[in-house]
Amino acid sequence: MSGSAAWGRALRALSLLAIDPEGLRGLHLRARAGPVRQRFETLLATLPGPARRIHPDLSDTALFGGADVAATLAQGRLVWQEGLATQPARLILPMAERTQPHLAARLAQLLDRAAGHGLILLDEGAEEAERAPEALSERLAFGHDLEETGWHQAQATLPAPADLDAARARLSGVRLSPDHIATLTALAARFGIDSLRAPLLALRAARALAALEARATPNDDDLREAAELVFAHRATQIPQDEEAEPQDDTPLPDPETDSADTDEMQDGIPDDMLIDAVAALIPPGLMERLQNARSARGMRGAGAGARRKGNRRGRPLPSRPGKPDGRARIDIVATLRNAAPWQPLRRQGESNARVIIHPSDIRLRRSETRSDRLLIFAVDASGSAAMARLAEAKGAVELLLAQAYARRDHVALIAFRGTGAELLLPPTRSLVQAKRRLAGLPGGGGTPLAAGLLAGATLAAQARERGLDPAFALLTDGRANVALDGSGGRAAAMQEAHEVSAYLRALGLPAILIDTSARSAPETAQLAQSLGAQYLALPRADAARISGAVSAALDAPAR
Amino acid sequence: MTAPYPFSAIVGQDQMKLAMILTAIEPGLGGVLVFGDRGTGKSTAVRALAALLPPIRMIEGSPTNAERPEDSPDWAPHPDGDIVERPTPVVDLPLGVTEDRVTGALDIERALTRGEKAFEPGLLARANRGYLYIDEVNLLEDHIVDLLLDVAQSGENVVEREGLSIRHPARFVLVGSGNPEEGELRPQLLDRFGLSVEVRSPTDIEERIEIIRRRDAYETETDTFLTHWQAEDAAIRDAILAARAAKPDITTSDDILRDCATLCTALGADGLRGELTLIRSGRALAAYEGAAAITRDHLRRVAPIALSHRLRRDPLDEAGSVTRVIRLTEDVLG
Repeated sequence: MSGSAAWGRALRALSLLAIDPEGLRGLHLRARAGPVRQRFETLLATLPGPARRIHPDLSDTALFGGADVAATLAQGRLVWQEGLATQPARLILPMAERTQPHLAARLAQLLDRAAGHGLILLDEGAEEAERAPEALSERLAFGHDLEETGWHQAQATLPAPADLDAARARLSGVRLSPDHIATLTALAARFGIDSLRAPLLALRAARALAALEARATPNDDDLREAAELVFAHRATQIPQDEEAEPQDDTPLPDPETDSADTDEMQDGIPDDMLIDAVAALIPPGLMERLQNARSARGMRGAGAGARRKGNRRGRPLPSRPGKPDGRARIDIVATLRNAAPWQPLRRQGESNARVIIHPSDIRLRRSETRSDRLLIFAVDASGSAAMARLAEAKGAVELLLAQAYARRDHVALIAFRGTGAELLLPPTRSLVQAKRRLAGLPGGGGTPLAAGLLAGATLAAQARERGLDPAFALLTDGRANVALDGSGGRAAAMQEAHEVSAYLRALGLPAILIDTSARSAPETAQLAQSLGAQYLALPRADAARISGAVSAALDAPAR
Repeated sequence: MTAPYPFSAIVGQDQMKLAMILTAIEPGLGGVLVFGDRGTGKSTAVRALAALLPPIRMIEGSPTNAERPEDSPDWAPHPDGDIVERPTPVVDLPLGVTEDRVTGALDIERALTRGEKAFEPGLLARANRGYLYIDEVNLLEDHIVDLLLDVAQSGENVVEREGLSIRHPARFVLVGSGNPEEGELRPQLLDRFGLSVEVRSPTDIEERIEIIRRRDAYETETDTFLTHWQAEDAAIRDAILAARAAKPDITTSDDILRDCATLCTALGADGLRGELTLIRSGRALAAYEGAAAITRDHLRRVAPIALSHRLRRDPLDEAGSVTRVIRLTEDVLG
């Protein structure tokens, strides 16, 4: 899809949003900050209704209102301030990819309340996995990607405000037929879209399109465009004609009975046209990206307490008296509470200020966060390992997963085979996903040991940054024969593996190497040495023994 | 604010609806946990349940929704005001809520302006005799979960802070919902829920179309839609009230008790909470259907929602725990 077409579609979505802001909820825009996004934001500002800009670290108080500390102190009574979202408004959230799950959940609730709030996510994610939370983007009708759009391609502009106003006035008069509902619902199912919000939003979009074109009821073009706008970025599969046929009979009994009508809605044809239209717009490489999209979800939802960056937040401890030193945060409420009982007494002696606070009243905020542990498994799924004992390695990982579950650890799974390593499961607490990925892990190909180690090192460094405490478990037969650049050659591959091992060792995380080869070779033990890892050769081990050994080895240095 | 989507108009999701009706009949069950995919109507069902519940009688202005003056805590104003009817309280526990908001804390306004030490009740007080709803319960901060566990267990909220020493009753039904892909729930919290339901997106096209059709009607022709379905809701409400009245007269034979024990032992469910929940929910179901005694059929139908979350968790079992319960129930009850 060309850049100008993407721009045109994004603007089309924007006009629909102007017509039915309440029903369509909003839009997820993926684009880096730049002139194109700037132009889009300028157009966004021309939409009717109030807009508020929020940011991903917004506190609940700022969003939903709370005590106004300054005014409370000045007036000597509790003063509440309104939050940004108290009144219905279009909330614009830049840097949406950095939204914390808690804010995402609160915003999602706000959208569900249907109190007239809209949400525009401006997503600047650089990596594929870096995306706005799906809990939010799933609730919004539209999703657009303007990464590929150049400045000269961003030409199309919005319809005149008067036209949009007129369309909005016509909106309530637009009627849908049961056929429309059936068509769009069936279509969503064929694109593998599970959530029922998608067909609802598509219906809304179809209605807004009809209103824009001054039609009393949406026609085929409206349906097609609505499906394109709402379904294309949600699709998880491209309908196959063979398997679609039997499904086709079920969803459309109504059109058949109506076929006597001169209505243009005919059974199969518009449906196929619809599928082609939407399928043409599904971004290339969708299937590869699906994996990532899912993992992004897993990463975001690692459960409570996982996404703390640094350890500045966490379980609150009782605040303590002290002087603000620039780093500590004052616990205002505790300070006020501390000062409160003395107010009548202090007023007698001193000024007649409403609230008199002495330095001794000041309380500082304290919190403690325990770092969550992350177990990174790098599993050798190469042909040589697969021949030997991939199944046993899988069994050991499964047992460890069960232990990790009991201890609320996070786990991540990397597999390496063929020419590279693949992050099968980004850090998550979701066992369901871990299990699923592990079961689907195929074996075969060369042994790109260095690539696997590198992927593990990268992940460990990332995890540290997010406040996790990583540990590394490598399951391999040590027969490296593929270098980082994908070329073969045992010597070069081993050399690289040692180099990456040294890098990993410098990260200083507890590590263990489990030799899964049938006969252990000295090279593998050497590798463990350069990795700084404990070496376990368990030629006849069963899964339970591996698992016991690993937890003992990893626990010792970690705690 | 428009009226919530009517309970009776929810298509499918029978287990979820059954679980919610059972807690309405028997608040002692300990609440419902609804886990499932996005866009399956979890929140919709909870909001709908709130509208469905019969009103309670309480002293006007009582912070803990007390019905009799002797139930009113000593710090509460107007312990003997007029008795009024109010909708059953359904209190939302938002994510990111502070401890103060949940348990209640020193009333800052009165402390600052009058220098008085007074208690400002929190969400737990407001939820007394009603429902406490936690959306995305699996994302709740751990320290808030700890608080809830303690109170849900004892039925009493004890506040010992800032020189306050306050206690008040906090008996509520916990209703939680969440998406398992975003993280699991701590087993301790899981066990506090009486019933648990897994919901999935319907796969049947006809069913999906019907859902969209109704939802669309709700959004575009709200009044007609509500008029139609609110009558159905009223019928369910009457049935719930009748079941509450009939519940004490339901007989439970020794055979049924033995069945429950056998079933729970076979499943390896921890503790006795499983048996208790099974009996209570079975009784509620029998009352709802106008039966005179609990039968095996009742047990069979409530077993999946009463027991599936109590199994010793085997994270590597491919078959879900619901399937395990159903399979074993068939084995044990025949």
